[in-house]
Amino acid sequence: MADRPITYREALSSALREEMQRDERVFIMGEEVGVWGGTYAVTRGFLDEFGEKRVRDTPISEMVIAGAAVGAAMAGLRPVAELMTINFAFVAMDAIINHAAKVRYMFNGQFTVPLVIRTTTGGGKQLGATHSHAPEVIFAHFPGLYVAVPGTAYDAKGMLKASIRDDNPVLFVEHSTMLQWRSPVPDDPDFLLPIGKSDIKRKGSDVTIVTYQKGLEYSLVAAEELAKEGIEAEIIDLRWLRPLDLEPVFESFKKTNRCVVVEESLPMFNVGAEVAAQIHDECFDWMDAPVKRVAAMDIPLPYSREIEQMALPSPEKIIQAVKEVI
Amino acid sequence: MGVTLNAHFHAGWGNLTMPKPNKETLLDWYRQMVLIRRFEERCAELYQQGLIGGFLHLYIGQEATGVGAVAALGPNDHVITAYRDHGIALARGIDPKRAMAEMFGKRTGVSGGKGGSMHLADRELHMWGGYGIVGGHLPLAAGIALKIKYMEEDGVVLALMGDGSTNIGYFHEALNLSAVWNLPVVWLIENNQYGMGTAVERASGAKELIRRALAYSSEDGSGMKMGPRVDGMDVLAVYEAISEARDHARKHSPVLVESLTYRLEGHSMGDPQRYRTKEEVESFVETGPITRFRSYLVETYKGVEKTLDTIDAEALQAIDEAVEFAKNSDDPTYEDLISHVYVD
Ligand SMILES: Cc1ncc(C[n+]2csc(CCOP(=O)(O)OP(=O)(O)O)c2C)c(N)n1
Ligand SMILES: [Mg+2]
Repeated sequence: MADRPITYREALSSALREEMQRDERVFIMGEEVGVWGGTYAVTRGFLDEFGEKRVRDTPISEMVIAGAAVGAAMAGLRPVAELMTINFAFVAMDAIINHAAKVRYMFNGQFTVPLVIRTTTGGGKQLGATHSHAPEVIFAHFPGLYVAVPGTAYDAKGMLKASIRDDNPVLFVEHSTMLQWRSPVPDDPDFLLPIGKSDIKRKGSDVTIVTYQKGLEYSLVAAEELAKEGIEAEIIDLRWLRPLDLEPVFESFKKTNRCVVVEESLPMFNVGAEVAAQIHDECFDWMDAPVKRVAAMDIPLPYSREIEQMALPSPEKIIQAVKEVI
Repeated sequence: MGVTLNAHFHAGWGNLTMPKPNKETLLDWYRQMVLIRRFEERCAELYQQGLIGGFLHLYIGQEATGVGAVAALGPNDHVITAYRDHGIALARGIDPKRAMAEMFGKRTGVSGGKGGSMHLADRELHMWGGYGIVGGHLPLAAGIALKIKYMEEDGVVLALMGDGSTNIGYFHEALNLSAVWNLPVVWLIENNQYGMGTAVERASGAKELIRRALAYSSEDGSGMKMGPRVDGMDVLAVYEAISEARDHARKHSPVLVESLTYRLEGHSMGDPQRYRTKEEVESFVETGPITRFRSYLVETYKGVEKTLDTIDAEALQAIDEAVEFAKNSDDPTYEDLISHVYVD
């Protein structure tokens, strides 16, 4: 079937709608998902279409949104729970880490947790320190959980559908500034992308850029600029922080011998640290330069636009980092 | 200072017409209570010998609550509790052998040796586990109840918790959600007077924890039902209270029940118990649930002592066999270590 350009938001909505139509056990719960239509309008119209049983508004109770979704999943439903933004996931951390990710192991496989927790990430919108985190990497620390970080409409759709059909708990992290992004998406109700597979978003032979979401947007811009100077960057979109698929990164690195990791997270203990360590392990003999990291500055994000942008990664910072390794 | 259990059990609180448990049933409850007591005593010994590791929280003193409450459930109902879970697991029918093997960390344990004392579950028996994070299982209970309602099944979730867990946010969020969504849950607070070393009145604005139900109930009668504060040392009273609560939860709304009981041992092994006096503890030994129930049975059924003695002896034997089974079981393997992190 033909691919149609749709927005990241439409991709999410249609993925949810199709999976709810396909499987009665799939339902949505969270703050403002029903009457309001979703804080980011992803579930607009769902209440009318599916009714209150399957589109469940909750009180402002992150601990029980995540925890009750775990219980419902253990019992055999397939909840898609929504945490309004990832900033509020800190309140639900215990339910996500100690319960969603652990009950299967702890009880020796007696329980499965077919759960998706959708949430939005990202700064750069002048929301101040508490509302501007991009902390998805924290959640990728824990075995038992998957962490999805789609960066295009195409990926958002195929990954969300696959997450809903998978029997493991997935923290599905959407980027709040990418909802209007468009890309062609197959018009196929069974369009699924594999869990834990990264994707080469641009071919190149001079440097490997490893990134996801906002970093992907900026890296694509940076790569076009670099190309004008004859530097061809290969861009690998991780798409998942767990399972983390670095095989294509190693392959690319063995060709380029240089790597820059770009992300919106904070600079310490971040995705770049993990990628760099694994490149050391796997590609030591191919290294021509240290792996460089481009991330947010090591400070809380401020309100003022001028200095907020200063603290975040940018195409300019990526170009500079690439030039340092070449 | 001293603690007294001030129960206000309202008999006939609902409209339940409940079959009176017969002699056979009562003897079975007695058997369960004794089995739990012997299991716990043996665990304590084995812990001292270094054969059981980790945290070990004993249920000694609380047997009437666990046995009475679980007895009120049917096979389609569900049970979930905190880490003080041995008694609940045994009452729900988990084989003492597999429970003991879990204490030993053996692969024949109910949780394959990967859960330990705090994490006993048996999916077949709808025993959803013990949970080590205070209050962490309360939202899970709401979620399990949501599944019952969503699938239009018959059944309730019995969610047991300690008095201390009523002070964590989970309690508020889970009980409130159960009221908003009208979920079939019987919330049962096992008020054993302390959360570790902190007495109830030092941790809760409401000394009568049952009053928390009012926060989730409305004047028109909708929302959470405030159930009774029941004498948790009386297995019959607990059974009656939870039977009524179960009936209400199936037909109308979630219910909160408080059971007043007492933990006769330390919070966990190696608790110096500086927060209470020996006299206080001793005052509860005489009125302990097993002593009381035994007296009741002896008064009610002439000549039952011999049967009770046989039950006592059989319980000891069952525990001996459980320990033997656990000792002779294999340790988990490397394969066990790495399995069940994900569904493959
Ligand atoms: C969230 C959390 N905080 C603290 C602890 C440590 N802790 C374990 S048991 C306990 C006391 C709980 O008391 P209560 O709920 O009354 O249960 P009881 O031990 O009396 O059965 C505490 C503070 C924990 N396990 N989880
Ligand atoms: Mg207590």
